[in-house]
Amino acid sequence: MLNLVVCIKQVPIVSELPWDSKTGTLRRELAEGMMNPSCKHALEAALQLADQHNGKITVFSMGPLMAEEVLYEAVAMGADRGVLLTDKRMAGADTHITSLILARAIKKKCPDFDLVLCGDQTSDSETAQVGPQLAEELGIPGVANAEKLDLATHALCLERQTDDFLEILEMDLPGLVTISPHYYVPRHVSLGGVQQAFDYPNVDTLGADDLGLDPGLVALKHSPTKIIRVYSPSTEKENIVLKGAVKRIVNELFTRFGDRIGGAMSKDLKTHDHP
Amino acid sequence: MKTLNHDIWVFGDYRNYFQNRVTLQLLARAGELAPKTGGSICAIVFGYDVGEYVAEYIAHGAEKVYVVDHPQLKQYSIEAYTGLMERLVEAHRPEILLIGATCFGKEYAPKVAKRLKTGLSADCIDLDINKDGLMIQTSPSFGGNLIAEILTPNNKPQVATVRAGTFQEIPHNADAKGEIISMSIPDDLPMERVRLIRSERLPKKGHKIEDTSVVICGGRGMGSKQKFKKIFELAHLMDGEVGATRPVVHAGWSGPNTLVGQAGRQISPKILISFGISGAIQHTAALGDADFIIAVNKNPNATMMKMADVAVVADANQACLAIIKAIKEKIQI
Repeated sequence: MLNLVVCIKQVPIVSELPWDSKTGTLRRELAEGMMNPSCKHALEAALQLADQHNGKITVFSMGPLMAEEVLYEAVAMGADRGVLLTDKRMAGADTHITSLILARAIKKKCPDFDLVLCGDQTSDSETAQVGPQLAEELGIPGVANAEKLDLATHALCLERQTDDFLEILEMDLPGLVTISPHYYVPRHVSLGGVQQAFDYPNVDTLGADDLGLDPGLVALKHSPTKIIRVYSPSTEKENIVLKGAVKRIVNELFTRFGDRIGGAMSKDLKTHDHP
Repeated sequence: MKTLNHDIWVFGDYRNYFQNRVTLQLLARAGELAPKTGGSICAIVFGYDVGEYVAEYIAHGAEKVYVVDHPQLKQYSIEAYTGLMERLVEAHRPEILLIGATCFGKEYAPKVAKRLKTGLSADCIDLDINKDGLMIQTSPSFGGNLIAEILTPNNKPQVATVRAGTFQEIPHNADAKGEIISMSIPDDLPMERVRLIRSERLPKKGHKIEDTSVVICGGRGMGSKQKFKKIFELAHLMDGEVGATRPVVHAGWSGPNTLVGQAGRQISPKILISFGISGAIQHTAALGDADFIIAVNKNPNATMMKMADVAVVADANQACLAIIKAIKEKIQI
């Protein structure tokens, strides 16, 4: 039987993002959540593989308690069980610590996994780093941005586009892939389906102690990267406004900025009109 | 005196060179940061028959190039390259390691950082050195709606991937001198667990909008697909590239490869002329590195007009025609 692991993340829907100004991290407990879109594609890939090869799927998510919602949604889509990793001490983990914790959980709950699937990136922090780092942490090969997967004995054949190349790769198993959203289209689940998943709970919750993490671990403190400042992009410029008849303002544009325009084109422009 | 352990390393990502110029851009930035760290500018090159790239990196500012040149490395191999970088970093302990945010770089950097038990920030749009000598890594998130400044204070090297087009390369200097340190491939590199079966180049998309110095962007304010063709005409006339907003691409006025503001397409032209674009955040987040922005819009209060160096209050289509006419007249033959 094929033993599949899918790692998913709950990301905020809202455009208003509650940031903790002290730590520079998102206060996820205040944001409305949804399953990260790219994680849904990864889950769909796993569901199709499971259908073809009689597989079972365990879905992991790390986050605050409310992240269990996306695990129930995953179960409603067809996953066999969910595991929520939640603990105050895990909050504020960067990708290095996140991948460390996920690896611990996978080794504990699914030691005989064949394949781990992740989304290619999240819509919030957009690093695309957790997948490749999780492969390293688990000591298994990994391929990012996979599109089409074909399972052979002890190897996975996959297709992907990378830096202007189409590549066909073969990866030993156990292994890890991150799934690009171009090939697998996530199935739709009705609200009723999600409700049903809540009625038959098969979502476990694990904390730092259950995972045997170092009792002194405080993710925010032990993450190698520190966020020192968060801000919205500023748009401060001199902002010269030209208005009036089109012909006149275009003339003025070239009189005042013709050098600049010509410079960018690497051409000399006649910046002054003949009388 | 320069000391070895404050060096700034740049990974030599030469696939798709000449189009892919991110390594040269990072060498240029490394050159600006190096006086603040007190180290040398180094390029790291893995591959087979890579002499021309080594020479190119020296001509663009690398003071030292560490090279592993071996037939086994002929194709980009993430596993072999990760192992090589891990050993090289452990042997030399650089202060900083910069990697271009190409598809390869974005997959490679996390593995390298993990092996070295250090931090990594993604897709940086600026790098600087603070008063404590640490690298400030400016990294966008939430589709560019938020910018985070990140430090890696306690681990070395400080690693970042950087978007193409963020920095400008320095001109090629054929007389530049650099030290080349050639290393042999270790005997005990592990077996490849990922094997390339087949690789083919995808159809060419033409000149890359990330690397061009003139970008002409059009939005729905151009009026119609027919009128949008003037954007292409002006871009052609100015030897630049066309950029488009999402609604324009959806409407089929312009191809998906012209979309600016999604999928990490950050542009850094010397001049950007924007026609009929109101300035949704998804679009404007990609424009922060344009040197000079001219925006044309009927609505003087549009976001795009507020963030422009010069805001031209006019009908986008008429202004585009007038600018085409003016440039045709003014180009000196």
